[in-house]
Amino acid sequence: MKSGSNLEKILGKGEFAVTGELGPPKGNAAEVIKKKAEHLRGKVDAVNVTDNQTSIVRMSSIATSAILIQMGLEPVMQMVTRDRNRIAIQSDIFGATALGIKNMLCLSGDHQNFGNQKDAANVFDIDSIQLIQCVKTMRDEGTLLGGEEKVEGEIKLFIGAAANPFADPFEFRVVRLAKKARAGVDFIQTQCIYDMDRFKEWMRMVRDRGLHEKVHILAGVTPLKSGGMARYMAKNVAGIIIPDAIIERMVKAKEPAQEGIKICVEQIHQLREIEGVHGIHLMAIEWEEKVREIAEGAGLLPRPKV
Amino acid sequence: MIVGERKPLEEIKAMVESYKRLLILGCGTCVSVCMAGGEKEVEVLASQLRMLHEKEEKKQEIEEATIQRQCDREYIEPCLEKIHKADAVLSMACGVGVQFVAEVAGENAIVLPALNTEFYGANLGAGIWAERCAGCGRCILHLTGGICPVARCAKRLFNGPCGGSQRGTCEVNPETDCAWQLIYDRLKARGQLEVLEEIIPAKSWKPSLSGGPRKVVREDLLL
Repeated sequence: MKSGSNLEKILGKGEFAVTGELGPPKGNAAEVIKKKAEHLRGKVDAVNVTDNQTSIVRMSSIATSAILIQMGLEPVMQMVTRDRNRIAIQSDIFGATALGIKNMLCLSGDHQNFGNQKDAANVFDIDSIQLIQCVKTMRDEGTLLGGEEKVEGEIKLFIGAAANPFADPFEFRVVRLAKKARAGVDFIQTQCIYDMDRFKEWMRMVRDRGLHEKVHILAGVTPLKSGGMARYMAKNVAGIIIPDAIIERMVKAKEPAQEGIKICVEQIHQLREIEGVHGIHLMAIEWEEKVREIAEGAGLLPRPKV
Repeated sequence: MIVGERKPLEEIKAMVESYKRLLILGCGTCVSVCMAGGEKEVEVLASQLRMLHEKEEKKQEIEEATIQRQCDREYIEPCLEKIHKADAVLSMACGVGVQFVAEVAGENAIVLPALNTEFYGANLGAGIWAERCAGCGRCILHLTGGICPVARCAKRLFNGPCGGSQRGTCEVNPETDCAWQLIYDRLKARGQLEVLEEIIPAKSWKPSLSGGPRKVVREDLLL
């Protein structure tokens, strides 16, 4: 066991994993976390806690993750390299693991231009692949990045990273995954999938390189709430592709929210059939109350106890 | 070249209006080539300030001069008399020139910046300059197809494009090319894509500005 986390055990046993996502509040309102977390309890194996996503200032992912642990839920602490240099990163990893955090997702992070502190300096001392190397070094060698310096105690983390099959250049996306695998990643959560053909093509390339046997791939899904949301995301969010057929279904639907959930459930069923997909990463953004319905509809409940 | 852009007239005016005798000092190298602070731009700025003074019935003596390089003692020294005669020097050089003129002229010389120094870049065509180098102190262009991700990727990534690269453009600004798409395309055209399979490890930023102000000393050239 690398970390002994629930997520690691589930994946290790060959169970189909489910992770959820929780965005911390834009302030210190801990009750918001508790409310969201209750919707996720028992529906997912671990909960991703975002790290100032889209560069909007929010409660730190470490503090939010610690609150989840107090509540008895398992967090996947996201960490971006945008805001921290390697000193702060490694210091935060010491703190996070001391607080009981066992899963960590290594990201570069959304550029500050998308957020509410556009004049901020970004750090990017290291990138996401170098962050994976850093965590792996701390865990497996027991030393700091690039150093002989011994870490006091043991860093036990299940190391995750992201992959986006919908960004360009498409043929490079699998190379980037291979680099993350070589850097030492244990699991991957993908960008939300709407274009099933492109995802299948990417998975074929993943299998051709044997990467599905080296890392656990969790396919990302996000239920659409309305036709407007589908159109907006398709047009304005870089790295997301929503096929016209799905936008049309959402626009024409009498009850768009129900249609969004229906589409999401269908997608999960399709994703389960793809060789090499070991789980689902369900990102119900500000819609945590629908996680139960989606997970149930997709036949993912009850979650296995390991 | 070092690319600069002139500050707005209002900002310059506020900076210089308390001085009776002003010397506007152009620089004949980089900023001259990028048409921000050479002889012609000195002339334009001087007449803009004179017109402003005329309108507002203010008096300020404005002298104009341009030297070959404000980053070189040998060009500054012949100009010292003019510099010392002025109450303030409005330098149209990059930040290096602004500082070095004051260094050579002595602590009483007030030297003010007329430009914002932007970056090290190239001239892409009439009226367009773009950043190409960040002066990070350890060049990796041989690993990235001759295209620099430190200067040209908004996240300074070393191991390929982020998830926001779409249709060849950067998610931060759709008018900016994704540096990693450019790197990929070039290496592909050369049949060298295998270069991108290698992980580039964490960079040392010590030779960059993070290590403090840098200095190059060439023993072979010391007198």
